[in-house]
Amino acid sequence: MEFNKIVKNALLVIVACLALSACATKKAGTGQMQGDVYTGTDTVEYLASGVPDRVFFATNESVLTTASRETLRKQAAWLRKNSKINIVLEGHADERGTREYNLALGERRANAAKDYLMTYGVSSDRISVLSYGKERPVDSGSNPLSWSKNRRSVTVKAN
Amino acid sequence: MIKKIILLVFILLPFNAHGLIKVDITRGNLDPLPLAVSPLAIDNESKTKFDEILNKKDIGSEISIIVEKNLKTSGLFNPLNREAFLQKPDIANLKPRFEDWKLIKAQALITGKVNYVDEKLRVEFRLWDILAGREMMALAFTTVPTNWRRVGHIISDKVYERLTGEKGYFDTRIIYVAEEGPKTQRVKKLAIMDQDGFNNKFLTLGNELVLTPRFNKTSQMVTYLSYFKNLPRVYLLDIETGTQEVVGDFPGMTFAPRFSPDGKKIIMSFAKDGNSDIYTMDLDSRVVDRITNHPSIDTSPSYSPDGKFISFNSDRSGYQQIYVMESSGKNVKRISFGKGLYGTPVWSPRGDLIAFTKLHKGKFYIGVMRTDGSGERLLTENFYQEAPSWSPNGRVLIFYRETKTDNEGKGFSAKLWSIDLTGYNEREVKTPTDASDPSWSSLLSN
Repeated sequence: MEFNKIVKNALLVIVACLALSACATKKAGTGQMQGDVYTGTDTVEYLASGVPDRVFFATNESVLTTASRETLRKQAAWLRKNSKINIVLEGHADERGTREYNLALGERRANAAKDYLMTYGVSSDRISVLSYGKERPVDSGSNPLSWSKNRRSVTVKAN
Repeated sequence: MIKKIILLVFILLPFNAHGLIKVDITRGNLDPLPLAVSPLAIDNESKTKFDEILNKKDIGSEISIIVEKNLKTSGLFNPLNREAFLQKPDIANLKPRFEDWKLIKAQALITGKVNYVDEKLRVEFRLWDILAGREMMALAFTTVPTNWRRVGHIISDKVYERLTGEKGYFDTRIIYVAEEGPKTQRVKKLAIMDQDGFNNKFLTLGNELVLTPRFNKTSQMVTYLSYFKNLPRVYLLDIETGTQEVVGDFPGMTFAPRFSPDGKKIIMSFAKDGNSDIYTMDLDSRVVDRITNHPSIDTSPSYSPDGKFISFNSDRSGYQQIYVMESSGKNVKRISFGKGLYGTPVWSPRGDLIAFTKLHKGKFYIGVMRTDGSGERLLTENFYQEAPSWSPNGRVLIFYRETKTDNEGKGFSAKLWSIDLTGYNEREVKTPTDASDPSWSSLLSN
């Protein structure tokens, strides 16, 4: 009995260590991309438990991926439940484009998110759109992974 | 702010270009013309006066240093070291001993003198052809002493014009965005400086993000994008008075502004519901016209110098490319067909070329093409650079360049660079802080 308990605890410790090291690897590490769309969670914040605040895009694209649509459906559900909250959709581009085109691209990305939220029952008068183009990267790296984190639309509470 | 310079032409020799020096500006000049800029002579009394007023020990020498630096920067001239000069400034200005200047291999010589006259700065200068042994030009200016740097720039312009046959670009200013802080939280301010980096002045405080300032070619007005109150809008700024106003009343983001060549309109993009189109607003009547109507991104518009055409970039083909249309918006034609993406078309002041930014295989290029898209020529390649702006004579482009950061995301910088249309003479334009989005003014004096 006593021995079993010790083994159990030891195992728990090992599992915990593994989990920790996995976390550590993830944090410092490479993150993930599918195609060139970011699929990791490094920069993601949460509007509420289980409701990620941002979606990511492929280079020069404003098409929502399957994962992005899932995120936006969660946001829509949360917004329907919290009808007093208004939001700003902040659209961003990576640094690999001309400044003015990227302003337009950020606006297009934020509007792609807006359209999707509206289809899922969020009224357009609760949503405003703001493009930052490439002016506010979250990751200052000059590599494909950093750029993938910066191509994003972030849902921010406005009130 | 810009005080009028009174310009007096006091000697005009019969124009006889035959046999006189001529600098060919149209090709890369790997063999710049050796010339001597003699310090401008100054009498002791004037010297003392200007030292009192301007805190400059020898204003004559200071002005000649400006001329020397401008001419050297142009890449067309090689100003010789003044240590080697054999003749004293005051005597050289009366009548140069041509053999002495030949000996140090100068082909042209600039002399002059400075006087304090009725609280004003009076400068005269002469340009001499050493090999032909004769005077090519003589001019005099009178102005307020604080304009002394501009006098140096005007002399440079006159010499440049006389030796190349084309107008200079030294008595000009650059408006740009001064940048500071980490890449993820850049603080940006509008700033203005003389073309050579002097007299730098910040025009905004950095409380809100500002981008893409552009000069009106006909006045001291500037149009730019500001995120004042987190609403990205095109603004108009009078740099003489500091007054600002929003351009138009658009229900969304306006951006990418430029003036029409007559300065009466602003052309810009307006973004709504994920679609950016090009609009103009007349500054007097406030009438807004929609120029493009297409579900693609249409932006970075720039007028031809005669105002009849507009170039812009659009992704209507699926990718960012350059188009030209009539100023009414009719007859839209794609002109860029090379490999890669093309953006930021800017029509040259001479009307024959369009400068652009190109992205191909992860590299950024500044290039030029004819207005029908033919004759594409790439001038410079780098990790990141964009937004060319023409010198008023259409011979030099200024643009900005950003560095690649290291693995920790450190080492970011943004700087202004210039390059000749020939692809030669690439150089950094020094600014007190990091800098981007430069726009070149027209000549302040003509």
